[in-house]
Amino acid sequence: MSKAVPLPVTRLIEALSRLPGIGPKSASRLTYYLLRAPDELSHTLAEALSELKSQTRYCSVCYNITEEDPCAICADTQRDSTQVVVVEEPLDVLAVERTGAFQGRYHVLHGALSPVEGIGPEDLKIGELVRRVQQGGILEIIIATNPGVEGDATAMYLQRQLTPLGVKVTRLARGLPTGGDLEYVDSVTLLRALQGRHEM
Amino acid sequence: MPKAERVFRTEAIVLRRQDIGEADRLLLLLTPDHGKFRAVAHGTRKPAARKTGHVELFTLVDMLIRRRGEWYVVAQAETKNAFLLLREDLVRNTYANHLAELLDRFTSDQDSSRAEFDLLARALGWLCEDLDPRTAARYYEIRLLALAGFAPSLHYCSVGQEPLEPQDQFFSVADGGVICPDHYFEQAHGMPISLTALKVLRHMQTQPWDAIKALHINTPLHLELERLTLAYITYLLEQRLQSVEFLRRLRREEL
Repeated sequence: MSKAVPLPVTRLIEALSRLPGIGPKSASRLTYYLLRAPDELSHTLAEALSELKSQTRYCSVCYNITEEDPCAICADTQRDSTQVVVVEEPLDVLAVERTGAFQGRYHVLHGALSPVEGIGPEDLKIGELVRRVQQGGILEIIIATNPGVEGDATAMYLQRQLTPLGVKVTRLARGLPTGGDLEYVDSVTLLRALQGRHEM
Repeated sequence: MPKAERVFRTEAIVLRRQDIGEADRLLLLLTPDHGKFRAVAHGTRKPAARKTGHVELFTLVDMLIRRRGEWYVVAQAETKNAFLLLREDLVRNTYANHLAELLDRFTSDQDSSRAEFDLLARALGWLCEDLDPRTAARYYEIRLLALAGFAPSLHYCSVGQEPLEPQDQFFSVADGGVICPDHYFEQAHGMPISLTALKVLRHMQTQPWDAIKALHINTPLHLELERLTLAYITYLLEQRLQSVEFLRRLRREEL
């Protein structure tokens, strides 16, 4: 970067560029926006960033991001502890919670298996899930990994690990998305939708 | 690297992909006439997007690609073969990762060709056949090595160049093929290769898939073939293959 650019500006641009989905141009735009914006925005942002790491941790039960350990969901005695939804990322917990239809608990893997990228079971919270099931009290594991090749591989691997433990292993149903056009649906999704059809 | 047209239609296999931006994916595509290149598939992390199910890993797709400045963008995508069994069988799925990883490592953007595309497209189909996937993987490896210019020497001693006798031999990754016992004892490097394994590898170098899949390869022979080809490939690439580590883990957990 040019020497005409002050060092603090360069440092922020470089730091923002390391975030996913933000290239050097977007990082520059954000940095110069912050320079022009009221001081309060920069201070709030700096404080939030600092607290993000210092005041959050993994829940020791479900490995979701939390302020308190165990997290609010794991600590809630009203929730059904016999059903556990397994998701790839913390944001997936929010997606399932938004449905308002699930009153069980969660387990966050923090990724999906990807042999070609070198992401194996030891890189995910799979061992922790196995130990959680071995401790007893869980009757059903509902696998909610993403419906893609990596999510499928993760689901199959979990099934191999968990079924011998005597727990019921299920996976979210797959089919046509609301609002989609049938003519644009790929053959695999349509096949799954046909297989999962139900009587009306 | 794609030619200069602003818009072109092509078949493609999705080798790798990564999430970018709000809901987009960056795909690494292998095509018959445009080599290997990256293209953005906008919105494909949203379930209702039209292209979502058509840009899955290891899927053969008919695509319309549009060039926007330095970027290539997937304008349309239609699945030609989803290789469904790869989504339902963890071992076959991992072998598909292995095929894609090998192709990515052995090719650069400029030099991948129609032959490599055809080989991968056919090999993904072989993995879906009701056969031990190891046979398809070894056949693919031998064929890909030949396309990449690294076909192992299997008929002549790689050191002395004399024809090989019909007996157990040695395989030297550094010499690029089989070496006879005399040269092995002179050089003292290489690994044993049985006459049966040598015959299977020769068969794989020259025969079509239909002839290979008719072979009866028992487990010890599979393990020997795997040890030989992977040792050679690892030597050539100078790095371990990620998917092989995962395959070994699955095998250990099955025992």
